Amino acid sequence: MHTRFSTVLSGLAVLCLCLTNAVANQDFDAQRRTLVKEIEADVTETSLYIGRTRLNDRVLAAMAEVPRHEFVPKNVREQAYLNRPLPIGYSQTISQPYIVALMTDLLDVDASSRVLEVGTGSGYQAAILARLCRSVFSIEIIEPLGKRAKGTLKTLGYGNVEVRIGDGYYGWQEHAPYDAIVVTAAANHVPPPLVRQLKPGGRMIIPVGGRFAVQHLVLVRKNQHGEVTSKQILPVRFVPLTGGH
Amino acid sequence: MLPTRPPLFAIVLVSASALAYEVLLLRLFSIIQWHNFAYMVISLALLGYAASGTFLSLTQQRWRKDFPRIFTANIVLFSLSAVVCFLLAQQIPFNPEQVLWDTTQPLYLTLIYLLLTVPFFFAANCIALSLACFGRDIARVYAMDLLGAGLGSLAVIGLLFIAFPNTVLVLISVLALLAAIVGQWEMRQARFVSVIPVALLAGVLLTLPDNWTSLNMSPYKSLSQALHVSGTRISEQRSSPLGLLSIVESPNVPWRFAPGLSFHATTEPPKQLGVFTDGDAMTAITHYNNNPLTLSYLAQQTSALPYSLSTPRHVLVPGAGGGAGLLQAHYFGAEKIEGIEFNPQLVKMLTRDYADFTGRFFTREDVSLHVSEARGFIRSSGKKYDLIQLAFLDSFGASSAGLYSLNENYLYTQESVRDFVRHLKPNGYLAISLWVKVPPRDMPRLFTTAVDALEQLGTDAEQQLILIRSWQTSTLLIKNGNITGLEIKNARRFCKQNGFDLAYFPGITQDDANHFNILNEPYFFNAATAILGNEREAYLRNYKFDIQPTTDDRPYFFHTLKWSSLREIFQLRYKGGIGLMEWGYVTLLATLLQAVIASVVFILLPLWFFNRRQADRHPASSNARYKLKVFGYFFSIGLAFLFTEIAFIQKFILFLHHPLYAAAVALASFLLFAGLGSAYSRRFVDQPDTCRATIRIIRRVVLLIGLVTMIYLLMLGSVFEALIALPVWQKALLAVSLIAPLAFLMGIPFPLALCQVSAQDNALVPWAWAINGCASVISAVLATLFAIHFGISVVILLAFGLYLLASLLFPESSKRARIAPS
Repeated sequence: MHTRFSTVLSGLAVLCLCLTNAVANQDFDAQRRTLVKEIEADVTETSLYIGRTRLNDRVLAAMAEVPRHEFVPKNVREQAYLNRPLPIGYSQTISQPYIVALMTDLLDVDASSRVLEVGTGSGYQAAILARLCRSVFSIEIIEPLGKRAKGTLKTLGYGNVEVRIGDGYYGWQEHAPYDAIVVTAAANHVPPPLVRQLKPGGRMIIPVGGRFAVQHLVLVRKNQHGEVTSKQILPVRFVPLTGGH
Repeated sequence: MLPTRPPLFAIVLVSASALAYEVLLLRLFSIIQWHNFAYMVISLALLGYAASGTFLSLTQQRWRKDFPRIFTANIVLFSLSAVVCFLLAQQIPFNPEQVLWDTTQPLYLTLIYLLLTVPFFFAANCIALSLACFGRDIARVYAMDLLGAGLGSLAVIGLLFIAFPNTVLVLISVLALLAAIVGQWEMRQARFVSVIPVALLAGVLLTLPDNWTSLNMSPYKSLSQALHVSGTRISEQRSSPLGLLSIVESPNVPWRFAPGLSFHATTEPPKQLGVFTDGDAMTAITHYNNNPLTLSYLAQQTSALPYSLSTPRHVLVPGAGGGAGLLQAHYFGAEKIEGIEFNPQLVKMLTRDYADFTGRFFTREDVSLHVSEARGFIRSSGKKYDLIQLAFLDSFGASSAGLYSLNENYLYTQESVRDFVRHLKPNGYLAISLWVKVPPRDMPRLFTTAVDALEQLGTDAEQQLILIRSWQTSTLLIKNGNITGLEIKNARRFCKQNGFDLAYFPGITQDDANHFNILNEPYFFNAATAILGNEREAYLRNYKFDIQPTTDDRPYFFHTLKWSSLREIFQLRYKGGIGLMEWGYVTLLATLLQAVIASVVFILLPLWFFNRRQADRHPASSNARYKLKVFGYFFSIGLAFLFTEIAFIQKFILFLHHPLYAAAVALASFLLFAGLGSAYSRRFVDQPDTCRATIRIIRRVVLLIGLVTMIYLLMLGSVFEALIALPVWQKALLAVSLIAPLAFLMGIPFPLALCQVSAQDNALVPWAWAINGCASVISAVLATLFAIHFGISVVILLAFGLYLLASLLFPESSKRARIAPS
């Protein structure tokens, strides 16, 4: 009798837990949809600087699908769908979703793209790219962070992402060349080996600034002749420098 | 029972400890957080002085009866709280970058304020209680307070040279305990049983385990981040008042410090050691094996521009840092290379401790490294150079976040550019490299400054400048002569090889600009051509950031925020615009706002209390008009004293070469001589018809202060110019003798008026102390704001105006008061 009662009680507890999780997940889904709308609105406002009035539908769909709350520590999970950077431990942050969406869009990737990411961090950017590309190769220099991201990506079923712990300066020669490269770890210069691992026609994106405040984005492009140019993009609707609107 | 005379030696020691603690906190918070935040926290913690005044206004009758015990208890509490409150404060996980987003951050910040206010509250209680209890001795008490503060400012700088900041924290705490023992002895209260616990406490403090007092650096500082990389470790740390230098090895992941290295670079830096100042502002010491080919990466940075135009033989590198600029000159075959570095510990590392690592490069015959400040060095130097190279003297992170926007910078001013150009040989170059900001701010301002400087020298700026940029760095080249066609051709080739953009050269057209590192518009080209063209004034006026030229009187090069843009940037804070904010300036405004709010509370609270008490018990006490005058006088005096002190310290920095030594000499001189002035003022207290006599004296003193400040304002520039080449010790002596008369006079108005207030209504003495405390905090912030917007000279004029105002508001009583024996 006692055993049966315990079993029923445990079953009820598990059911409650599942229901709570389902409700929480539903709540997160709704928050994610709201976040994507916010990002769309921000993009429209900043179109003058970023050179586009809306982001690619595939990028927005990826932003709406990837559960950001799974990539942040539990203590900030409730804030996962606010459009802001969050601390993830080891002195690192997960970027502002608007910046992640914009950077992904600027890379212009498609389903056949092979992408290199230098600085896996939480793994969120890699997850977004994994939804859009054939394969993502990500390198993280901080071992525990890389292991955690690897675990999260595996748990969530992102089979086309490979994470390696190590120095990203020389890229990942084995899988080069890449259609796109994301350098999320700010450096005092762009590693020339990474430029060399970019395919002709490829793009590289680099956020410049502090951990919590991106100053601007640098989009490096290599044309079909191998000539390299960069474009500096201010991700904000700041009216023209010499006045007027 | 009240002793017959105040414990003057103890007051000296308490004041010395409190001021040393204030300076030390600035150092400690610069290490664990950032300098601008440290400034805000410490400014507001000083409100502990005001809180003390308010507290004593409300409760002093209770404490007067038991002065010796209360005085000693406050010293002991100061001593203990100085250590405990800092250790607790550094455990609070405050991150300034998250303030706008995280609602718990303001709460953390408030907690830090409250904790750090506590030690100052106890220290201030000792002084304010002494002032309130010894009415006849106010001048002496105040003199000892200033004297102690002056000695404390010198002592802490000395201590910081020989001990780490966390050790100095303990030493200051022990010094305060010594003050407690001295105080007991002075008040004839010293008994074996009361001295023993204090001595034991000092023993406990001195034997605290190191890890209890170790510093807890913010996880978002560069050093904390670097240490997460496998194998990275701090191999050595050196501390001085100039900063905590951490030498960091990273054997698994090389540093590869090469700011703005070209995309096309084919080589990379050799092995390096990271050098962090206060856990940030990284530079690197580069391994050198005497094979110049290993340095070829230095040819692929924008800073290599001058070497692509000619072969400079004699090169000067101000701000040598880790020595990259000197290695670059060596790589390009310079015959004589000189570096200037103001941190002697860094120079010692390069020339001695890490001499093997650097291949003894910095002790070669053709290389010399001077320990000096660049501006002072060049002013007192008779040499001329082929190239003067200033590169990346601000760190990238701090620069992009606008953290150091309020630091004075005397290297990028019109006068500085003129000084450097005058020290160039004919056809020599001055090359200045900066980090690029988007939207562009710093380089357009440097360009405007350089154009003005060249015009002042009577040369043709349009023909003397080349400006290039990469996506990350930009270099402005100023030639002592006209740029030739060959030089333009070489600059074009250099830029094409490395993927850099030309933004200005004589004869440039828009087609030449914005090819490799593309901006929405060719902002740099537009700015350069507009600044040199007819529409310059309109362009500067309409530009969203302040890019007006900087001068020695307004040396805030990195402050480019315009009020007209502030609202727009603030509105964009959640929409990607947070990076546009200049945090140094915002912090200053936040500090001012908080200080004003706190001051209103601290000043009004006792007023409300007095009014109630007046109504209830003491109908004879002072009236509202009198209190208003007390407020006006002490607030004006508080503002004026610090305005003058801060402004003149700024003026002396240029003369004494070194910001730290200048600040130490000037601050200590101001405090010591003001202390003497205060002691001297005692002779006026016993004059017949004291009140009228005091008014007369104060008005004369104010006129004399005005006279001296005006003379200094008009003549200091020429005096400094004429005597700049004197040895440093002679200049320091001259500075002390120039400050002495001014500071002596400035020490008189406060104690004289306080004596009058004491005679009229002794309960108002702590209130006047609180008002002065509030004014001191507000004035430090206001002085910086006025200097930024109107210049340092205006701050001096304002100070004189405030002294005049104070003399008009002197709190003259309705009754003919004489100083009553206490």
